[in-house]
Amino acid sequence: MNAPLLDLTNSLPLARPELLLAGFALIAVVLGAWFKDRAFLALSVLGVITLLGAGGLAILFQPGAPVEILQGAMVVDGVGVFAKALIALSAAATLALGADHFVRTDEQRFEFPIVVVLAVLGMFVMVSAQDLISLYLGVELQSLSAYVLAAWRRDDSRSSEAGLKYFVLSAISSGLLLFGSSFVYGFTGSIRFDAIAAAIGEGAGGVGLIFGIVLMLCALGFKMSAAPFHMWTPDVYEGAPTPVTAFFAAAPKVAAVALMARVLYEPFAGLEDQWRQVVAALSAISMVWGSIGALLQTNLKRLMAYSSIANMGFVLMGLASGVDQGPVASLIYLALYLPANIGVFALILAMRRNNQPVETVADLAGLAQKRPWMAAMFTMLLFSIAGVPPFAGFIGKLLVFSAAVETGLVWLAIVGGIAAVIAAAYYLRVLASIWFAPSTAQLQPASGTIAVTATVMAALTFPVLVLALGALQNWAEAAVRSSF
Amino acid sequence: MFEIGLSHYLFMAAALFTIGVFGIFVNRKNVIIILMSIELVLLSVNINLVAFSAYLQNLEGQIFAMMVLTVAAAEAAVGLAILVTYFRNRGNIAVEDINQMRG
Repeated sequence: MNAPLLDLTNSLPLARPELLLAGFALIAVVLGAWFKDRAFLALSVLGVITLLGAGGLAILFQPGAPVEILQGAMVVDGVGVFAKALIALSAAATLALGADHFVRTDEQRFEFPIVVVLAVLGMFVMVSAQDLISLYLGVELQSLSAYVLAAWRRDDSRSSEAGLKYFVLSAISSGLLLFGSSFVYGFTGSIRFDAIAAAIGEGAGGVGLIFGIVLMLCALGFKMSAAPFHMWTPDVYEGAPTPVTAFFAAAPKVAAVALMARVLYEPFAGLEDQWRQVVAALSAISMVWGSIGALLQTNLKRLMAYSSIANMGFVLMGLASGVDQGPVASLIYLALYLPANIGVFALILAMRRNNQPVETVADLAGLAQKRPWMAAMFTMLLFSIAGVPPFAGFIGKLLVFSAAVETGLVWLAIVGGIAAVIAAAYYLRVLASIWFAPSTAQLQPASGTIAVTATVMAALTFPVLVLALGALQNWAEAAVRSSF
Repeated sequence: MFEIGLSHYLFMAAALFTIGVFGIFVNRKNVIIILMSIELVLLSVNINLVAFSAYLQNLEGQIFAMMVLTVAAAEAAVGLAILVTYFRNRGNIAVEDINQMRG
């Protein structure tokens, strides 16, 4: 057998998760074209199973050492598998929430699970990218699916506007990513990450290379909605249908962070002194701007958008602090932050009145008297996102802060501490509305799927993930050590 | 004799890129112009890639440029589709009217 064919036969078994997702998308398109929107529920259930299956396959067939597949275009390694597991789980949870929501609002269009699965396929390619082309293709597959999802409600002008804004701003960031990539290629002579790292080790580069790296980091910062590239986030979160917002707030963040970590620690590891300033600045601006911006918001989805900007700042703090502790802290932070975030969106989805969604902080008034369980879960989840002990989010913050202090980024940790205190103010404002404001009109009962999802996420935030912290830490450490 | 070298291509690509980015931010009239500007940005990247590819005697850059062309077509398709739904809802595509959500 000749070499490319041999490479293909060796690669395909390791690409099982991606093949499963692509296969589902192709078959589901045909089924959907045949059965039309009657297939919505069946395809959604199948989609959830496929996503869980893809995550399971990724974990099950994890090689001991990193293996390059498809002639070095992609790699299967510890960090990739960790990120794939997180992406698959959070995407499955949000797809289940979304399917349930669209059945109740009678907007059953069979394309929804397909586009979600395609977006997840793009994220899988992103987190295992090993050259600039697969990086770009993964980012674009994820982004193109995300534009469509943001504009999902065709007859709603806010959803269309969210889609249009997301499209225009994200296209600019893709342009920056490509322009930066072209400079990295030109000044190192290769698109492959290992060859770029080798060229940098031999002293390649100069101003052109630094220019390229900074442009790429700005574009990746945009994709993970780090300030000052966050302008799209609040508008898209507010305008998109709530299940889509829940999806945006979870899986794409993991993919963007894992990709950022890979780019920083694989091809550009030799230039750590140069990029550390950029990443630390992104982190500081995100934490401060996210926390201050949220203070003025009355819409819950907008508030969660600013909260996610601030949280991405904390994740970047981990990435800024270097290879030993930093990426481990960031990955654990994400794993602890995502369940709380998904849980909050499940609760936002649960609140409906006269078949209309309820989305402002004031609408939560008196929730504690009518739905004490929901109020209790809301409190736990928001405390976890704010980083109040003993909830899971506190441990995540502790880890990134200690990683930053250990590598001498004390100023960044101090900025983060101040931002966390400011952020606590708006989470407490929401909780004050829930517990102390006089109650208003009655809410509709929530569906079973939402109740189960919210309860599971709340249980993960406290105590499950806190108790499983040791295992999670071992997994993340092994992943980072074997990959970077 | 005046020769056209790598730096000329890079300057031209940078100029096109800048024109594209300015076209997106300065333009207050029409979303279609933004779509054209995005295409301009992507094409400037292609000039960069092909110029580097020829300079380095290395095919990777040209393969990359092919990929960029393909994705640019998909991106234009999705962008126009979103623009159509937006136009149906709002009745115009003036950039200054895209302001239902603020803050």
